[in-house]
Amino acid sequence: MYHREKSIQLKSSASALYNNLSVLRLAPRSLTHFAAVHANVVNLVSASWDGLNYSHRQLQSKEGNVATSSSLIMQMFESDGSIMVYWHALDTPETPTGVSLGTVLVFDVPSKGSNITLSEVLEEHTEAVTDMASECSGNAEYIADLVSADDSGLLCVWKSGGEFQLLNKIPGFDMSCSSVKLWKGTVVAAYGSGQIRLYEGVTGILHAEINAHARWIYSLDIAPFTGLLLSAAEDSFVRVWHLNPAPENNSVEMEHLYNECVTDTQICGAKFCDGDGYAFAVTGYDLSEIIRYTQA
Amino acid sequence: MSTRTLPLVFINLGGEMLYILDQRLRAQNIPTDKAKKVMNDIITTMFNKKFLEELFKPQELYSKKALRTVFDRLAHASIMRLNQASMDKLYDLMTMAFKYQVLLCPRPKDILLVTFNHMDAIKDFVQDTPSILSQVDETYRQLIEVSIFLKDKVQNSNGRFVLPTSGPVPHGTPPPGLIRMFSCNGEEMKRVQFRDGGNYTAALREGSFELFGDRVIKLGTNMYSVSRPVETHMSGTSKISSQHTKVNTIPNPLAKEELNLLAKLMGGLEVQKPSNSVPGFRINLFATDEEEEEALISRPAELSYGVINIQATKDNQANAELAKIMGEFTEAEEPVSSSSSRGDDLLAMMDGL
Repeated sequence: MYHREKSIQLKSSASALYNNLSVLRLAPRSLTHFAAVHANVVNLVSASWDGLNYSHRQLQSKEGNVATSSSLIMQMFESDGSIMVYWHALDTPETPTGVSLGTVLVFDVPSKGSNITLSEVLEEHTEAVTDMASECSGNAEYIADLVSADDSGLLCVWKSGGEFQLLNKIPGFDMSCSSVKLWKGTVVAAYGSGQIRLYEGVTGILHAEINAHARWIYSLDIAPFTGLLLSAAEDSFVRVWHLNPAPENNSVEMEHLYNECVTDTQICGAKFCDGDGYAFAVTGYDLSEIIRYTQA
Repeated sequence: MSTRTLPLVFINLGGEMLYILDQRLRAQNIPTDKAKKVMNDIITTMFNKKFLEELFKPQELYSKKALRTVFDRLAHASIMRLNQASMDKLYDLMTMAFKYQVLLCPRPKDILLVTFNHMDAIKDFVQDTPSILSQVDETYRQLIEVSIFLKDKVQNSNGRFVLPTSGPVPHGTPPPGLIRMFSCNGEEMKRVQFRDGGNYTAALREGSFELFGDRVIKLGTNMYSVSRPVETHMSGTSKISSQHTKVNTIPNPLAKEELNLLAKLMGGLEVQKPSNSVPGFRINLFATDEEEEEALISRPAELSYGVINIQATKDNQANAELAKIMGEFTEAEEPVSSSSSRGDDLLAMMDGL
């Protein structure tokens, strides 16, 4: 289904952090930006779609290591104009970020200018926040539009905008939830046990449980237009799944489509490169490259 | 990052160091009593009470350079001497082995079992010396209290390790290959199998986190117990090491604090000064002296640790804090091993030659 493409070299290897790859596709400029964290350095690569031009940039964090997985979010504190581009690309004017204390900080980011202010602090998690995701279908009909996960496996489902409203708390199983996604009202969560669970966000009803990987899962991604789901783990496997909402009986069906083994690589980041899931990119611990796969 | 990783890094690296030294002492036919003394001295220093107290305080990990300095000192805590090339090779082997263990650890918690494997082996080394044995046991108790998650590890040089896609899954993880779908009221509606591309089996039983017991996991046990040559490719690793050193040259704002902490730690590390009357002996991590010489010549300049030069034992100008700690230390330790009694031991040993 997918075949391996030429990989992109990184200036330094990716650290073993969850979700350690960010991909941003800039259609008007025919560019794709990639970012992966190495210790306290963020490696940025922008690649032209014809595969001819790559430009590299390294951003040094000013203090200590970049603590959370969402590298681009942390950058807002210390980067220059070029990084603000990422911010403008985000849909919501208010952007939350999770920290290791378990608090979620909500920032007001104006559509223009650099006047970023802290507008709210959400204290529902008691363990380190591992990942956060906003509704990625782009459809406003879903009440829940943000989900946050923590080291105990607890999921918090939020309604954002103005004052954030906690809609539901989905308890964990004493196992860290490393990656989380929200698509068409369904929460997709990946755990250290190698399992993936699908929940209805607002009610917390369990739709499906998948024994997906043999080791800790590090990354999930969804292609919002096709419902393809990407999962990647320390066991060196990347898997592609298909999510199929069945509203008639209020459930979601899940189907396995594809396996890719990145030999001897503990995968720490995997993201689709486009909204259809036509291509995806992978980073691994101690690996100084981004490996790309496209559909044949 | 967790502030409790330092004792684990220290004990595991120290354990690996002891495995290698044990193997080299036997390979170089060092007399049993001398070899025994080296092992006992190093283990005594490693598990010194004051030293461990400092180590177990919650704190950030040290830089690679600072940690290396600690192990340089530890390796020279007895009558054995290593030259720079052999020390480099020893440290490369230690870090590579521990990195392999961390990388292959199925679950974060299992790093504790790896540590217990090292401690179990260390206990075997000092089996017939009850005083050291009780020191080691004290550390077990402290470790059992520590329960932490290790995710972001110190980055080291070296190549890639083989990741098996078969064998047992970690405890608490079901083997991959099953999708279960549920109805609104929680009943299972459908089960679908999928091909997972690997060949995994169910988890083994969980290892014992107690003082004694079967750890189940094999990582952290002695790989050198079977006599075989120790292979490292210096040329390859030093190239990568020098690459990594570049990253390290970025000034660290915490460096001063780190050095102070290091000084505190070193306060607990007693180092035997080589003196003219007591020559001790030299150990070589390479097959021949020529090879060692070669490695020393081809040693990249970046690996010279000229910057950190702490003369904790001699320098009268050392800061007051350090002097105080050192003072406390010698006072507390006097009845057990004063330097004069150690000198006597050495003389006695040399007489026996």
